[in-house]
Amino acid sequence: MKLVGQQKPELLLTETHHMCPGCGEPLALRGYLEAIQELGLGQRTIAVAGIGCYTSFSMTTDLDLVQALHGRAPSVATGVKRMKPDSVVFTLQGDGDMVNEGLQEVLHTAARGEAITCILLNNGVFGETGGHMTATTVLGQRTKNTLDGREAGYHGYPILIGDLLAQLEGATYVARGSVHNAGAVARTKRMFKRAFQTQVDGGFSFVEVLTMCPTGWFIPTAEGPDYMSATLGEVHIMGELKADGVVKSTEELHEENVRKAAEMEQALARGGIDP
Amino acid sequence: MTGGVVKSKGTVTIAIETCKGCDLCIPACPPRVLEMSSAVNHLGYHYPELLDGCTGCAACLLVCPDFVFEVFREARPPAATASA
Amino acid sequence: MKLMEGSEAIAEASIAAGCRFFAGYPMTPFTELLEHFAKRLPEEGGVCINAESELEAAGMAWGALATGARAATGSTGQGLSLMQETFSEITLAELPLVIFNMARGGQDYYQSTRGGGHGDYRHIVLAPMDIGEAVELTQLAFHLADKWRNPVLVYGDYLLAHIQEAVDIAPVGFDPLPEKDWAVDGSLGGSGQSRLVSPLGFGKAGQPSPGIERHLRAISAKHEAMAASEVRVETGGVEDAETVVVAFGSPGKFVRYVVKQLQSEGEKIGYVRPITLWPFPYEAVGSAADGAQRVGVFEMCAGQMIDDVRLGVLGRAPVSGIGGISTDGSGFGVGPLLDAELIRERVLALHRDEPMPPLPDNERIM
Repeated sequence: MKLVGQQKPELLLTETHHMCPGCGEPLALRGYLEAIQELGLGQRTIAVAGIGCYTSFSMTTDLDLVQALHGRAPSVATGVKRMKPDSVVFTLQGDGDMVNEGLQEVLHTAARGEAITCILLNNGVFGETGGHMTATTVLGQRTKNTLDGREAGYHGYPILIGDLLAQLEGATYVARGSVHNAGAVARTKRMFKRAFQTQVDGGFSFVEVLTMCPTGWFIPTAEGPDYMSATLGEVHIMGELKADGVVKSTEELHEENVRKAAEMEQALARGGIDP
Repeated sequence: MTGGVVKSKGTVTIAIETCKGCDLCIPACPPRVLEMSSAVNHLGYHYPELLDGCTGCAACLLVCPDFVFEVFREARPPAATASA
Repeated sequence: MKLMEGSEAIAEASIAAGCRFFAGYPMTPFTELLEHFAKRLPEEGGVCINAESELEAAGMAWGALATGARAATGSTGQGLSLMQETFSEITLAELPLVIFNMARGGQDYYQSTRGGGHGDYRHIVLAPMDIGEAVELTQLAFHLADKWRNPVLVYGDYLLAHIQEAVDIAPVGFDPLPEKDWAVDGSLGGSGQSRLVSPLGFGKAGQPSPGIERHLRAISAKHEAMAASEVRVETGGVEDAETVVVAFGSPGKFVRYVVKQLQSEGEKIGYVRPITLWPFPYEAVGSAADGAQRVGVFEMCAGQMIDDVRLGVLGRAPVSGIGGISTDGSGFGVGPLLDAELIRERVLALHRDEPMPPLPDNERIM
C-alpha cells in the first residue's frame, strides 16, 4: 500500500488547532499549503495573515509570515512583494476582514495588478467575534444581528467579492472554491495551484473559499455542508470566475459546477482523486 | 464482481485523540465504511472507526478539519477473481 | 551644496540614510515630499507607491519593513490621524518605521507625542528647526528606528517643507547596527524555523515566545531605556535667566533668534529648544526653570507642549503660554504669528509681566 494522503501538510507545524468542530477553514489551509509545497514554492513564500479565527494558523504555518491587522493584509502584502519581487506572497483573510474592514485594500491591490494572491475564507459571518453579519452574508441568512434572516430593505445586499474582482482589468485569475464536500475540496486545491502559478507568471490572483462555520451559523456540525450549499453556495457561485482572459457568466459556472461535481463523485467512487 | 467495476483497496489510520467529533467524514465516505464510535476520546468526542471495504479514495482526509486521517491505497487494484 | 526646498532635502537625506521604500497620499503641505520620493527612489533602486489612501500607505510601509528594508511614510497631521492604529501596532511589531509629519501649523504635538493610537506606545519624535537640521535629524531618524526597532517621527511643517536653502546632504556616520535577524524573505519556509513578524506577542509553534503580557512589558521597558538615553535639546542663556522661553521646530528657530537678540541687549532671558519632543527634555526644562521667575511656552496652537513643560518645571516657576493658534488663510501654511517682531513683543511682555498683546489675525481667503 502506498501513502496517498499525508495526515498533515508538510508546511504545517502541528495538526493541533483550536478551530471549532466542523470548521471549514482547516480544509482550505491544507489546500493552499499543499499547493505551495507541490509547486515547489515553499522556500520563497511569505504569507500575510489578517485577523479572524484563522489568525491562529499564523503560529502553526511553517512559512515566513507577517501578521497584519483586520482588513490590512493586502497593503502589507504589497509592501512585502515590492521589496521581494521574487517571492510568492499571499494574504489570508476572512470575509469580515477582507470585504468589510478591508474592502478598499483588496480592490485597490487587484486593480493595481499586484503580483500577489489574495485568499478569502468566506463563511458569511464574523466567526471570531460570535457570528454577526458581514458584507457577504446572503439574504435570508440568520446571523446574530439578523436573527430573522438578512433583509434587503433593512440590512442591504451582500457583496459578491469574487464577482466584483473578476471585473477588474488588473485581476488575472479569480476563482471561488468551496469545501462542502470532498470533490469541492479537491477542486479548490486546483484553484490554489492555478492562482499561485498566476502569481509566478506576474499577475494578481484571488481564491475565495466558502467554508463552513457551524458555530457562527448556530447549527450542528454535520449540517454544515448542506446548509452552506443552500445559503452561501446559492449566491456566491463556485467556479473559475475569471481565467485565461475570460469572465464566466453565472450560467456557465452553474453548468460547470454540475458537471465537475459529477466527475468528482465518480472519481471518488472509483477509488480516489489523489488529494 | 458486480457491475464490472474494479475498486481499489485501501486503508486509513485514524488519530482518534485529535478528532472533534464533527461527523463530516461519515457521509463523505463513498463506500460508507466509517462509523462513529460509541467510546469517546480524551476530549469527550466520538471518533470514526473503519469497517471493511475502504478504497483508499481519501475523501475522508479531504473533508476532515482536524487532520485525523492518513490514507493508503494499493498501487494496483487487485486482479479480478472468479468469485464475486 | 545645492539650493533645495525642505521636502527635497528630506527626501535626499532619507535616501542617503538608505531608505528604499516610501508610500504616501498627497496632502498639503506633505505632497512635495511624496513627489520627491516618487521621482528619486526608483532612480536608486527603491520603490515609491502613491497609495490609494493614507491607511494603505502605512500598511505598505509595514510590509516593506518586515522584509528588512528601511522604509518610511508620512502625511500631514490629518492624514496621520488615519494611520494611528497601524502606528500603534507597528510599534508592537517592533518595526523601524520612519514617519514624516509635514504639519499644518504646530497643532500636532499631542498626536506626535501621545499618539492617536491605542495602547502604551511611544515614538521618538524629532523636531528640526530648519532644513540643515532636518537633513541631520532625518538620517538620525532611520538610525534610531533601526537601533531601537521602534518608529521615529520627524515633525516638520509647511515652512520647512517649502522654504529653500542651500544644503549639503552629507551622509552622517553612525555606529554599526546588528543584522535584522527577524526580517522575512520566504527562505525559511518548511525549515521549522520560519519567522513571524507580529504585534501580538505569540510566536511559531515550537519556538519560544513571550505571550502578549510579557511582550507588552518588554516593549515598555524598551521605551524607558529610549527615554533615558535619547533626549536631545538645545538651550541658551538659561544659567542666569529670569525668563525662560520654550519652543520647538520652526517657531523654535524664531524664538532662539529673538532671545539671542534680547540677550545681546542685556535682557536676562534664556531659551530651551527641545529637539526630541519625545523623550521630552524634562531635566533641561527643570534646571532652566531653577532660579527663573517665569517660563513661557511659545507654540502655534491652543497649548499642547505646555503640559510637558509644566511637568518639567514642576512648580519651580509659573508657566504660561505665549503663543496661540495662528495660521494662514488656507489653514495649511504659516500664520502671521510666526514673525520675529511679534514674537519679540510677546517675549518682552512675558519678561516684564505685562499683558500679552492680542494675537494677529490672518488674511481670510475664504
